[in-house]
Amino acid sequence: MHSKRLLKDRVANKFMLLLTIFPGLIVFLIVFGLYQRSRPILAIKPLTELIFSTSWHPLQGEFGLFPFIMGTLWVTAVAVAIAVPLCLLTATYLSEYVHKTVREWTKPFVDLLAGIPSVVYGVWGVLMIVPLIKNLIAPFFGTFSTGYSVLAGGIVLAIMVFPIIIHVSLEVFGSVPYELREASWALGATKWQTVKHVVIRKAMPGVIAAIVLGVSRAFGETMAVLMVVGNVAKVPSSVFDPAYPLPALIANNYGEMLSVPLYDSALLLTSLVLLLVVLFFSIVARVVLIGVERSIQ
Amino acid sequence: MEFKTHVSVKNLNVFYGNEQALKNITVDIPDKKITIIIGPSGCGKTTLLKSFNRLIDSVDGVRVSGKVLVDGEDIFDPKVEVTQVRKKMGLLFQKPYPLPMSIYDNVTYGPKIHRMNNKRELDKIVEHYLKQASLWDEVKDRLHQPASKLSLGQQQRLCLARGLAVEPEIILGDEPTSALDPKSSQRIEQRFLELKKEYTIVIVTHILRQARRLADYVVFLYLGELVEHGAAEDIFENPKREMTKEYIKGIIS
Amino acid sequence: MDRRKIEESMFKGLMLTSTLIIIFSLVLILATVIVKGMPALSGAMITQTPKGGYYLGREGGVLNAIVGSLYLAGGATFLAVFISLPVVLYLNVYAKRGSRLVSFTRFSLDVLWGVPSIVYGAFGFTIMLVFGLRASLLGGIIAVSLLILPIMSRAMDEVVRMVPEELLEASYALGTTRFETALKVVVRQTLPGIVTAILIAFGRGIGDAASVILTAGFTDNITYSLFRPAATLPLAIFFQLGTPFPEVQQRAYAAALILTVVILIISIVSRILTRRFTKHIVK
Repeated sequence: MHSKRLLKDRVANKFMLLLTIFPGLIVFLIVFGLYQRSRPILAIKPLTELIFSTSWHPLQGEFGLFPFIMGTLWVTAVAVAIAVPLCLLTATYLSEYVHKTVREWTKPFVDLLAGIPSVVYGVWGVLMIVPLIKNLIAPFFGTFSTGYSVLAGGIVLAIMVFPIIIHVSLEVFGSVPYELREASWALGATKWQTVKHVVIRKAMPGVIAAIVLGVSRAFGETMAVLMVVGNVAKVPSSVFDPAYPLPALIANNYGEMLSVPLYDSALLLTSLVLLLVVLFFSIVARVVLIGVERSIQ
Repeated sequence: MEFKTHVSVKNLNVFYGNEQALKNITVDIPDKKITIIIGPSGCGKTTLLKSFNRLIDSVDGVRVSGKVLVDGEDIFDPKVEVTQVRKKMGLLFQKPYPLPMSIYDNVTYGPKIHRMNNKRELDKIVEHYLKQASLWDEVKDRLHQPASKLSLGQQQRLCLARGLAVEPEIILGDEPTSALDPKSSQRIEQRFLELKKEYTIVIVTHILRQARRLADYVVFLYLGELVEHGAAEDIFENPKREMTKEYIKGIIS
Repeated sequence: MDRRKIEESMFKGLMLTSTLIIIFSLVLILATVIVKGMPALSGAMITQTPKGGYYLGREGGVLNAIVGSLYLAGGATFLAVFISLPVVLYLNVYAKRGSRLVSFTRFSLDVLWGVPSIVYGAFGFTIMLVFGLRASLLGGIIAVSLLILPIMSRAMDEVVRMVPEELLEASYALGTTRFETALKVVVRQTLPGIVTAILIAFGRGIGDAASVILTAGFTDNITYSLFRPAATLPLAIFFQLGTPFPEVQQRAYAAALILTVVILIISIVSRILTRRFTKHIVK
């Protein structure tokens, strides 16, 4: 009787141990698998040409990724430029100024919206943002735009990363000890002076990590951006121009992938590049956040 | 014992939501003496202390009635600017809370808030108050290093210097040595004994021995009520109330 | 004094404005989906599959996508639970504190959490090539289960971690094995949290398009086989929106509404569960 239980325990132990290897294994497999599939094109074209060439003609075997890389950078830059100030101001306000009840209701609301799927944001972007740019914003700036543009992608993307930046920032602000604020007030500082010189300063590393997390999310975001950004393979020259970010490139060409030689390899290389960039950012952010947590202990 | 009153508490009641933390406290805190507030945990000592510099204002759902007169003026009067009240008080917390900046900036934080901007003056202030806190010799060569790199005892002395730099009249301490090792605690206590020549000092503690070492005047709180108060010798040698006797003997704690 | 007061009021104004902007934009998205989706929502949408000429404006509904999404997300969630739960139990009950495997696994899960869904789609596609699979329900299940694995694991890990060491020790002191403790003590205590984690992961899986676009294909029929292409709601929305016909685009809005409602319900239910759960924790 006793030994049966012990046996169960030991079997379960081995079984769970085996499964625990999975996550690490998957990370390795993804990187390895994508690399393997990218090799055909890497064998033919040097990496620098792939990255810096602007000529994208798959049927002729030309796979210059530069327009797409620039497209991704432009859209992400616009999204970050919009999201960072808004999120910082909002997180500070929610953390330091509003009544506890307001915060308790706003936090879950913002989190809830993190769950809305990318396609739905895309639909909304097509319905609201694209016409807005075409009919209002572009004419206001004296240019013409179809609405399907870097700006549209940036705005939609910014809204999509609001929840994560705000959520993590709120957590970081919350981790600043209350007594630290009291120490500043006790010296005669006003609330704003305390927020400006003490709270934000203390929270800075964590807030930066939150932003980096948001940026890495923005990089990899596919559907919503794809639906509003125009998908034209040219390097954008203004925010009103269309663009073609890397994730959209991969998603749009699932059909042709296998029929054109090297196309699948090029796209999988693109995925690999995207993966490595995003990984880099999210690891950096995680490390900083762990450091912030530790410094509180 | 004759003394001048610096802070006069009159019928102070403090409510946190529905809980009453302080019940009708009336007591006079003597000028330039060390007053120790004693009592078991949760009896309102910290609330009383923090009502002197109105830090309790920031607690959700707090209600205050009564008066706290400092130099004759009620600090709870709505016309009074709370930052000016706080300038008159310095507060040491249980754990040291250095601000996230350099040692130098910690000390100059207060003066800069109150509009002192002259660099030479600030340098002088830093040296003077770090000396008063008995920390100058240890840090004079690394004033621009982050304050977080100091040991706990050094940090608490830094907080003392920081508090003194706004030139308060009153120093408040909320169990200021409870997080420190005995040697650092001793240094802080020595500082207090020195500082009482120029400042009124009010300290909350639950260490009776510390109270005996430092107190000129004692205030005993129990469950939000003022049980007894008076000169230190009177309270420790001849307590009038039964509860005081029991607390001092260590029966209630 | 004036300059400081001005600075303070200015920033307060900015902060309030930006908070309002953020709340407003999020409300606007929900409102748009509802307003645009309601008119086109009909019984037919939910109960019929696309008939001939659907994409040109004729009859039908998105039943194919609804069923396909449920099968796909359901299958992916099941697969993910099968891995997540044992891993999380291992990390928290079996493994020694501070062991390298534990930190490495948690780190890997963190890394996987950040991988964009399109990359999971690309990887899923790679696996399909290796095994000779065509665009199918199974392909989609594989890609989505990889996508939701880190999400589910992290959510489960967060609740299981909270079980105090003393509770485990009390159980061992009574002579139970780790396996029994894991099942009878830990899982029982954290069950609401585990269910929440599963719900959250399911919600994420059902709404994702990028991972299925390369792997699950699309079809107008309800798929009953693992090896045939499957329709999914996100892709149904995407394709319908892409047609030039307003009637079909309307249906996209309706489908978007359906998807959003499903996900909101899941989110709200899991939030309620979490709240109820954290009330009764033994600390």
